[in-house]
Amino acid sequence: MNLTLRIWRQPGADAPGEMVTYEVDGISPDMSFLEMLDTLNERLTARGEEPVAFDHDCREGICGACGMVINGRAHGPERTTACQLHMRHFADGDTVDIEPWRAAAFPVVRDLVVDRSALDRVVGAGGYITAPTGSAPEAHATAVPKPAADAAFAHAECIGCGACVAACPNGSAMLFTSAKVNHLGALPQGAPERESRVLGMVEQMDAEGFGGCTLAGECATACPKGIPMPSIAAMNREYLRAAARR
Amino acid sequence: MPECFPTFVAMATATRTPPSPTTPQTAPGTTPRTTPPRRPRRGGLLRTLWGSTIGKKAVMAVSGLVMLAYLVAHMLGNLKVFFGPDDMNGYAHWLRTLGEPVLHHGWFLWVVRVVLLTAVVLHGVCAWQLSRRDLAARPVGYRHRRHRASYATRTMRWGGIILALFLVWHLLDLTTGTVNPRGQAGHPYENIVAGFGTWYTNVIYCVAMLAVGLHVQHGFWGAAQTLGVTRPGLARLCKGGSTVLAVVLTAGFLSVPLGVMTGLVE
Ligand code: HEM
Ligand code: FES
Repeated sequence: MNLTLRIWRQPGADAPGEMVTYEVDGISPDMSFLEMLDTLNERLTARGEEPVAFDHDCREGICGACGMVINGRAHGPERTTACQLHMRHFADGDTVDIEPWRAAAFPVVRDLVVDRSALDRVVGAGGYITAPTGSAPEAHATAVPKPAADAAFAHAECIGCGACVAACPNGSAMLFTSAKVNHLGALPQGAPERESRVLGMVEQMDAEGFGGCTLAGECATACPKGIPMPSIAAMNREYLRAAARR
Repeated sequence: MPECFPTFVAMATATRTPPSPTTPQTAPGTTPRTTPPRRPRRGGLLRTLWGSTIGKKAVMAVSGLVMLAYLVAHMLGNLKVFFGPDDMNGYAHWLRTLGEPVLHHGWFLWVVRVVLLTAVVLHGVCAWQLSRRDLAARPVGYRHRRHRASYATRTMRWGGIILALFLVWHLLDLTTGTVNPRGQAGHPYENIVAGFGTWYTNVIYCVAMLAVGLHVQHGFWGAAQTLGVTRPGLARLCKGGSTVLAVVLTAGFLSVPLGVMTGLVE
């Protein structure tokens, strides 16, 4: 396959950036999107040009490191991560626009790499349970009803890639935060800190400069893990409940 | 492969941090902790709500629902126009005597006005503040543009502004009578017929009522989500209900100018 790539190039956080056009040929439909970028980068390096910087780690869709907006969609046309997106979803001769996540809370570090530590700080504000660590507890010590375990697991699937923020017209982190809140909220272990968790995480989310939710639904459409929109309603309920008891 | 298992256990224990000899291990809860668990910050419900995006959205949802309830009653009341001047004007008079003798003449209407004004102001202020936040949270757009969200969702801000402007016009038209060609207090039927006799009033009302429909279509379902409706059955009901409400409201309101325009009401 031959492709025309238009990629956001920005040498540093404070440097101006622009879309730069590259032609790549000989792309196999079996390549992942990141392998396609690797191919481009090898050629750029051989020509003595700076390779395109992008985040990646596991390349199997579980770490959440990779992330770029491909043709205006977070992680591209398929509901998966950019590392798990394959070139067969593009056609020979296509022009593909590649941009970094855009949000005030995600400053661009370089090219397609953005700083997503705001999400870590949201988790740090309550997205955990306070428990003595050490050896793993006996699995049957706390009985977890099956539906609760399933609900917790569905939300625990969030890999924190930030696609929801990137897709949201308001740069909102509501879907991310709701996944964390609902994950722990569903479990008996999460119950003691239920109120302080949601109040703290939402406060931090607002402090990081993420926007609010206007229920556009772009986040849930983009989420590679399928965290659904009702998660946000569930967090709203959890928040209002906690605020009333404060 | 039985030999896998011991390897796995050995790995699991090897990667675990051994307890440090200098920090004594304490059983949870037996010794006082150096950092006491963070007490939830106090601030009160209203302060918490006003200070957060979710809280402000909840204020919007509740104030929106208050206005919506009023709109339903208002629309139903408007249909009196199809039963002639006596019905309509009698109804308008009844609204002023409602609540007597506990309330003084006209007080019921003033209570409603104060509640609605509070709702409009709260709704508008929250919309303004949240919208500014939202716009600031996405300072750089994508070069590759594509259609996002539904029309109703995308027009909430401009639709809301149109509704606010309409509200001013509407009050000047049929409450104070300032811009109404007739504008006679106590004769709403005649004022309505006179007003919808002009082309500009018809245009303004038709545009505004379509805007109400769009706003309610996203707004009612939005309010349900903001206030935490999660049960699938109820959520489906709210989603369907928002479309039904929007259509019924728009059709009901539009029927009055259309009735005058077609000569059904004269
Ligand atoms: C002062 C004029 C108005 C402005 C500026 C305004 C603006 C807005 C905005 C920006 C939203 C947020 C929508 C979103 O993106 O989710 C909203 C929601 C809403 N509006 Fe209005 N609006 C106005 C008047 C009204 C009226 C007259 C009604 C009564 C029917 C109404 C009912 C609602 C409801 C129920 C919501 C949903 C709140 C939520 O999503 O939780 N609004 N409005
Ligand atoms: S590189 Fe780990 S999810 Fe894509």
